[in-house]
Amino acid sequence: MIRINCPYCGERDHSEFSYGGDATINYPSLDASEKEWTEAIFFRKNIKGFQFETWHHSNGCRMWLVVERSTVTHEIKSVKPCHPDLQKVVENNK
Amino acid sequence: MRTRRLDNYGKINRNIILSFRWDKKNYKGFEGDTLASALLANNIGIVGRSFKYHRPRGIFSSGVEESGALVTIGSKDRKDPNVRATTQELYNGLEASGQNAFPNVNFDLAGINNYLGRFFAAGFYYKTFMGIPPFEWGRGTAIWMFFEKFIRKAAGMGSASELPDPDTYEHAHDFCDLIVVGSGPAGVAAAIEAAEKKLDVILVEQDSLVGGDQLAENNFDNSQIKNQLENLGIKIMTRTTAFGLYDNCVVGLLERVTDHISAPNVNIPRQRFWTIRAKHIIVGAGAIERHIAFNNNDIPGVMTVNASKHYLNRYGVLTGKRIAIATNNDSVYETAQQLSEAGANVTVLDSRTNFEIETNKSFEIRKGYVPYNINGSKKIHSLDVSKSEDMNKSETINCDQVLLSGGWSPAVHLLSHRGVKPKWDYNNACFLPSDTKENITMVGSSRGLWNKNDCIASGIAGTTDALNRLGISKTNYFFPKPGGWKNPIQPLYEVKYKKSRSKSFVDYQHDVTTDDVRLAHREGFNSVEHLKRYTTLGMANDQGKMGNIIGLSLMAELLNKEIPEVGTTVFRPPYTPVSIGALSGRNVGKHFRPLRVTPMHQWNIDHGAKMIEVGLYQRPWYYPKENETLSDSYIREASTVRKTVGICDITSLGKIAIQGPDSTEFLNRIYSNGFSKLQVGKARYGIMLRDDGIVMDDGTSWRLAENEYFMTTSTGEAAKVMSWLEELLQTRWTDLNVNVTSVSEQWAGVSVAGPKSREVLNNCVDDSLVITNNNLPFMGVTSTFLKGNIPCRIARISFSGELAFEVYVKSDFANTMMDLLWENTKKYDGCLYGLEALGALRVEKGHVTAAELDGRVTIDDAGLSKMASTKKSYIGSAMRKRGVLKNNDREILVGFFPTNLKETFNAGTIVCEKNNIKGQGIGRITSVTYSPELGHWIGLGFVKGGLDKWKDTNLVGADPVRNKQMNLKVVSPHMIDPKGERMYA
Repeated sequence: MIRINCPYCGERDHSEFSYGGDATINYPSLDASEKEWTEAIFFRKNIKGFQFETWHHSNGCRMWLVVERSTVTHEIKSVKPCHPDLQKVVENNK
Repeated sequence: MRTRRLDNYGKINRNIILSFRWDKKNYKGFEGDTLASALLANNIGIVGRSFKYHRPRGIFSSGVEESGALVTIGSKDRKDPNVRATTQELYNGLEASGQNAFPNVNFDLAGINNYLGRFFAAGFYYKTFMGIPPFEWGRGTAIWMFFEKFIRKAAGMGSASELPDPDTYEHAHDFCDLIVVGSGPAGVAAAIEAAEKKLDVILVEQDSLVGGDQLAENNFDNSQIKNQLENLGIKIMTRTTAFGLYDNCVVGLLERVTDHISAPNVNIPRQRFWTIRAKHIIVGAGAIERHIAFNNNDIPGVMTVNASKHYLNRYGVLTGKRIAIATNNDSVYETAQQLSEAGANVTVLDSRTNFEIETNKSFEIRKGYVPYNINGSKKIHSLDVSKSEDMNKSETINCDQVLLSGGWSPAVHLLSHRGVKPKWDYNNACFLPSDTKENITMVGSSRGLWNKNDCIASGIAGTTDALNRLGISKTNYFFPKPGGWKNPIQPLYEVKYKKSRSKSFVDYQHDVTTDDVRLAHREGFNSVEHLKRYTTLGMANDQGKMGNIIGLSLMAELLNKEIPEVGTTVFRPPYTPVSIGALSGRNVGKHFRPLRVTPMHQWNIDHGAKMIEVGLYQRPWYYPKENETLSDSYIREASTVRKTVGICDITSLGKIAIQGPDSTEFLNRIYSNGFSKLQVGKARYGIMLRDDGIVMDDGTSWRLAENEYFMTTSTGEAAKVMSWLEELLQTRWTDLNVNVTSVSEQWAGVSVAGPKSREVLNNCVDDSLVITNNNLPFMGVTSTFLKGNIPCRIARISFSGELAFEVYVKSDFANTMMDLLWENTKKYDGCLYGLEALGALRVEKGHVTAAELDGRVTIDDAGLSKMASTKKSYIGSAMRKRGVLKNNDREILVGFFPTNLKETFNAGTIVCEKNNIKGQGIGRITSVTYSPELGHWIGLGFVKGGLDKWKDTNLVGADPVRNKQMNLKVVSPHMIDPKGERMYA
């Protein structure tokens, strides 16, 4: 069972969270071409090892998080808010 | 008398006598007995019939590895099949019966299968039922389908009750620093060491008593250990099995709370399913003694050596009088001596020739001898033995019991659950656990330690390892080396004796013989994973705890390889079976999922609503008058709305407050249609696309103020849309200054629809001027008050196609609002209407819902191209123009009429061209209703090419599931008032 240390709520079971997806995608601007959008939404790397992925604390504080998780062992190296302003708040409160 | 209870042996409580029933006869046992020990004490040798051959089977073991004594406990709704008699504690009134036999285990008609064995070899049904030789008559799936039902009936062991389970089960959670699995010497030493170092410790033991294998020692007293553990504050969980290890040091436990009690308190759950989150796990799960494969090695009376020691010293049952013990290792000699001291005539056959062992010489040891055949069928008459080096030098030993020890297999199962492959140890002829980076440490005989002092030392070392890994200490430690016997074990898995046609069993429970393994090899199933699936070796509910290694060794021999080169199958959870009831816990019946109700739920019921589940919500379905059926009722309700007025609870719609300076820009990006010019006091219908250009959801957004909107979503997509908006704001558009809040629960909503709806509302609002056509035009929004000073929001939005309003109040005012609206609706002969009438009204109007917007439909498919702005970019705007979404043959939204207007049709009907009724056809019907307005059945759905292509063509609706077919014609989806004159009235 994966446990995620939510920066706002503390360590919780993964059942409180919903999986998002690849956190490293830079989504193109809305007026970008079909090709750029195709790249952004259909092509994914199948990483063996640590990857950055988004999780939504849907049954908690509703924060979207970037989780650095190993796809092999489920070990989690880091968890931080997706939103840069929230990241700053978390940093300042450390 | 083959077995007997000895007065001076055992730790059972002879003061408490328990009555139980076995196969409809009454017997007695003592408190502290298992069902197996009580059956043995009562001289019951045959307790089951084997899986395929229906051979008589007895009790092989004294623990969880049992593969013979699988019985059914209880009856009717408390019938529990495939229970191991060896782990079932005896209680007063226990009712048990044998399985897989007719009429009973002593005389079973299907025993004939034993003589038809050559037809039942591994994989027999795949070969036999794929077509009947010589011409493979009936080849193909049809014949397999025919035979399958008979095979299914013959397969399996006990049968489950078909009645609902009357017991309750619980899910429970706990945390600790260290969980120790197993309370043998190693586990107890680890737990004590950890508790002394101030760790919070849980000790788990599957038995009813702590002690592990020491419970088989004649002078062992477990109460001292128990007291010591308790005094240290260790939480001891007995009758609890650690069935699986999971990520991040999570352990799954099954606690059998009342399975040993005759009349349990009904308020106590039968079993508890525990999820334990530990920081470190120590596994001292012990080792399991193996048998040896040779002819007829399954006759009742065959048992592992260690099991007989348990029965003697723990239960006071001497399992045989003339006992032959076959072994290849030192572990049996203490037992042999104790059995002989207890009065049995014991002969030990040791396959090894060159070894020294100290005994009191009370029994005979025959060095270099192996067993090769048991004589007898329902019980043992004698054992044929020979010199291991020369099979021609044979003789027969008279005996009534054969005890086997082919070596010991450490219980590495739990570690295997974590994907850690065990490594083969040649010296000890067993798989040993490998190291892992996870916080799991194996101790005791589950790491191949055979003597007690080594086990204790390993327990202390295990805790030191845990403390080091947790960063609490930095202490050097070492584990004793595997092994511990004076003389080395000599591998012995099978004694071959080719002259006989008798069967030699590898896996007792699934009737896998040595010949089956050889057959698998001959037919090319050489990998262990293939071997397992072809022969079903290790697939029974004992999961090959005794037989797996024997099967592997045979395959290794056939392949001329060593056992580690052949490998081992991966053990997966659960270690022992877990009941479905425990997995579901309290989540059964109405507790299976949450129930959502609207704030006027009771009001609706009080006013005659029949309810229907929509997602998690209970919504009014229809409001029947007197004897009305569903269909009578919804037709009346829909007609009334079109004629005068009706009111309907629409609270289940998702509602989201959108606030902040960038709200307008945000909506303009997420909706396909423009929102930048929406004025304050107006609402707009909008469609959201996914990134890939497919429709996600539709709804309305009301501009309440410059920087404040109120968004509604569909009932089913509410949660998804909310998460989506949060994702966009928190991950992609972090520069936008917008806040979104779910307010679905905060507002109660009603639709007031019909030509008289304005009159009704006039009587309900404080200031009737606010809802005039001028002040509240179509799609107008106002915040005002209902009579009684109730703040409300009203929007002139129509789903039905009539003049209509949506009225929202704070949830606390829901009933007051309903009373007020209903009182005034009645004045205009209006009605309450439910979801069925709502559906009829919207289908007539051609409005789409989740039935149409099913995640495959584009905005053009839904006939809503006008909703796709060309003046701006928005989510999905690039991708909706993809080639595949622009094909000419995409299915487009249309309306359907039956050609013969008297006919009906169903949603799910496949639309086909005449003379080409097959496959997926050219379209489908997604929603149907009787149209009170038109006076016949109508449907919404999709057809390739849309209305333009099929306008004047007769099509066929095929409904093979309901065995129906009808002629159809395609019409515009806007089946009434296409210009919307009523809405704008």
